[in-house]
Amino acid sequence: MKKHSLKWSTIYLAFVFIILYAPIIYLVIYSFSAGKTMESFHGFSFQHYMDLFADTRMITIVINTLLVALLASLLATIIGTLGALAIKDSHGKWRNSLMSLNNVLMVSPDVIIGASFLIFFTVLGVRLGFISVLLSHIAFSIPIVVLMVLPKLNELSPTLVDAAYDLGASRWQTLTRVILPAIGPGIMAGYFMAFTYSLDDFAVTFFVTGNGFSTLSVEIYSRARQGVNLEINALSTLMFIVSLLLVISYYFISQHAGRRHHLVTVKEGDAQ
Amino acid sequence: MRQKAVFIVPYALWIVLFVIAPLVLILYQSFFNIDGQFTVNNYLTYLTSSVYLKMTVASVWYAFLITAVTLVISYPTAYVLIHLRNKQFWLLLVILPTWINLLLKTYAFIGLFSRNGSINQFLQFVELGSHQLLFTDASFMFVAAYIEIPFMVLPIFNALAEINPSLINASKDLGATQWQTFRSVIWPLSLPGVKAGIQAVFIPSLSLFMITRLIGGNRVITLGTAIEEHFLTTQNWGMGSTIGVILIIAMFIVMFITGDTRQKGGRQ
Amino acid sequence: MKKLLSAFVGILVLCLLLAIGDYTMNRQTSGGGSHTLTVYNWGDYIDPALIKKFEHQSGYHVDYETFDSNESMLTKIRQGGTNYDVVVPSEYTVQRMKKEHLLAPLDHRKLPNLKYIDPQFLHRDFDPSNHYSVPYFWGTLGIVYNDQKIAGDQVAHWEQLWNPQLRNNIMLIDSARDVFAVALITQGKSVNTTSYQQLKQAQDHLKQLTPNVKAIVADEMKMYMEQGEAAVGITYSGDAREMMSVNHHLHYIVPTEGSNIWFDNLVIPRTAKNKQGAYQFINFMLKPENAAQNARYVGYATPNWKAKQELPKKVTDDQAFSPPHQTMRHLQTYHDLSLKTLGVYNDLFLEFKMFVK
Repeated sequence: MKKHSLKWSTIYLAFVFIILYAPIIYLVIYSFSAGKTMESFHGFSFQHYMDLFADTRMITIVINTLLVALLASLLATIIGTLGALAIKDSHGKWRNSLMSLNNVLMVSPDVIIGASFLIFFTVLGVRLGFISVLLSHIAFSIPIVVLMVLPKLNELSPTLVDAAYDLGASRWQTLTRVILPAIGPGIMAGYFMAFTYSLDDFAVTFFVTGNGFSTLSVEIYSRARQGVNLEINALSTLMFIVSLLLVISYYFISQHAGRRHHLVTVKEGDAQ
Repeated sequence: MRQKAVFIVPYALWIVLFVIAPLVLILYQSFFNIDGQFTVNNYLTYLTSSVYLKMTVASVWYAFLITAVTLVISYPTAYVLIHLRNKQFWLLLVILPTWINLLLKTYAFIGLFSRNGSINQFLQFVELGSHQLLFTDASFMFVAAYIEIPFMVLPIFNALAEINPSLINASKDLGATQWQTFRSVIWPLSLPGVKAGIQAVFIPSLSLFMITRLIGGNRVITLGTAIEEHFLTTQNWGMGSTIGVILIIAMFIVMFITGDTRQKGGRQ
Repeated sequence: MKKLLSAFVGILVLCLLLAIGDYTMNRQTSGGGSHTLTVYNWGDYIDPALIKKFEHQSGYHVDYETFDSNESMLTKIRQGGTNYDVVVPSEYTVQRMKKEHLLAPLDHRKLPNLKYIDPQFLHRDFDPSNHYSVPYFWGTLGIVYNDQKIAGDQVAHWEQLWNPQLRNNIMLIDSARDVFAVALITQGKSVNTTSYQQLKQAQDHLKQLTPNVKAIVADEMKMYMEQGEAAVGITYSGDAREMMSVNHHLHYIVPTEGSNIWFDNLVIPRTAKNKQGAYQFINFMLKPENAAQNARYVGYATPNWKAKQELPKKVTDDQAFSPPHQTMRHLQTYHDLSLKTLGVYNDLFLEFKMFVK
């Protein structure tokens, strides 16, 4: 009985995994096709990768995307860590309302975030482009950083901090020598998550970009509308490999640090 | 206590500028018409025009179906995963596709579903004939469910992982069949995960807008598509904001019904 | 802490490197200097060889920048900051730019090659004496059909689109004015109507079309029509020509009862820095051999009668792309409508899309 059910479950799981990975593998395979469509394979070729590397617009956009992601997640990590420290120090009602406000952007649909930011930037007169996209990415990445850092702060024993003060450490010394090293892994995890959020975002960027500034998601959207272009397949293969490496290295680092759950739990708030 | 004053400034600024201000602005904007005059007509239009109401009902219905399909696929997946030896590794494999850009996955489905695409080639190969796959409700819901599956598997997996195995053993010792154990022990205990999953999937499904165009061929208009169209195409921000406010209200209703299981901190 | 700090610095350095990379990439694509002519045009809308030729002849360096919609181009010109010397707006945008005083009047004495433009394309109502604009290319809105799925005489007129036979077989272009133009022409109304009642009637008529509509798409229509995803597509002549060059079962029809005709035009913005060069460039593009070469490359219909004589007969005699005089008389251009009226078009169109099928 037990064995029988296990077999069925294996088949079911295999089926789910096939569905999950079929589109990705499909993209990867056709990126090596010498043909021009995703209809039939025309023999192995690196042609589309060559096209990709020769496409200066695409390379500029990749640079833009990385720049926004690195910078936005850096600033979001700083502000988010400070926010986590502030939340940690607050009490009762304050703490609860801070947490709820923190989570508003986590649960809001991207369309709402994008539309409301668009109104906000228009009211302020911020020119749509690099700056508006950067600000939005910082804004929607901050709550995730807070959620990653806060548990680490909660683990930190208050006696340790008190001991530092008792030994005559200044506020700055306590922060840099005691608190930050202790919550370091949380900060790193926060940065990593903010980075992937930023790279992955389409909807918010779509609303707040303008004046010719574009990120990868937005560019893929407009190119996908012009039809199948195997250069996009080549690009997605490269991106798949990069994400694979990122996730695997993160998985091992976090496992090494004894926090295997982290990566997994945090994806929860990110449906679309 | 000691650091609060200094540290809270940038964070508080963020809360005021990027959380409170945009929400207030979207509410404010919903009271203006396309000419910039103050009006409540947007809400009247929404409530009286059958087109908008029908669109909302259809949008909720699609979101419900997408959530249901996702749940039906995800629950058994999580249930099987939990019994595997390297379950964390397998779970990671389920989540890995979420790191691939959403647009790329959608783009892949355009190729898979097209008239001469791989799926039709396969169907012809097994002599089922070629079918219209793109621009159908089924393909739209399939792609939406595909994207949401990992977000449903995750919380269910976490809830199942937390069930104390001694409870299941106790149930078996007391003579319950496998089905009885599932129904009266496992299912109720995994319910918080199911609720969290529904919450994580339903709201985004209501506000999908890119897939409706690329896969649905603009035949399916959700609340999200309507907002996007009003903001970026018709430039009628007032009406767009009105639908946005409705969507926010819908979000609170869903969160109220499914309970506030989002507070992950507690369950870790 | 050291680790955090080094990570912080590392990321900053990486950002700096990327920013430098970004800057140099931009420098490569847009030069600078006084001997430069900046052309702002639609993507892939000129033969690059002609730019080379012009640079060679005139000694100017040409910066070629592109936009993808009249609206985004207009926003950029309005915002200032950039100095474009030659821009290529469509006719209704010429009208708007004129209204907003964004255009420099043209001195026809500096454009001797204007004589090669077919008079029927001059003095159109969007710029009655061509005081501000010179036609570049023109085209129509029409019906593309796949002869494997349907016969040409089944879709020769707009009203035939409503035929139940075409159930779930039509692709519409995702553009409010174009789709309403179809309904308005079917009902014998102007494509520039501002009457809410007429628009509402048009919308009601469109709602009856919904069972036949397979999808409402934009650029992707090309791909789908080429693949035979639908029997009929409503699109522009230029896109139609591209589809037909890939799939030989596709044909293009402009219904005799009328349709939209559009013009893209060369204009000089008021803020242009190199007007001298701009005149030279426009005159260069009007030269028949250059116009013909450009038409061969781009694939749209040229308003240059002399250039037309140099094109292959097969192209110029194609009635679909150069409709007979009888049809031409019924073609209408879009006028620049007020924001409010455009809002009505767009809202009604969105409602049509929401209409549950």
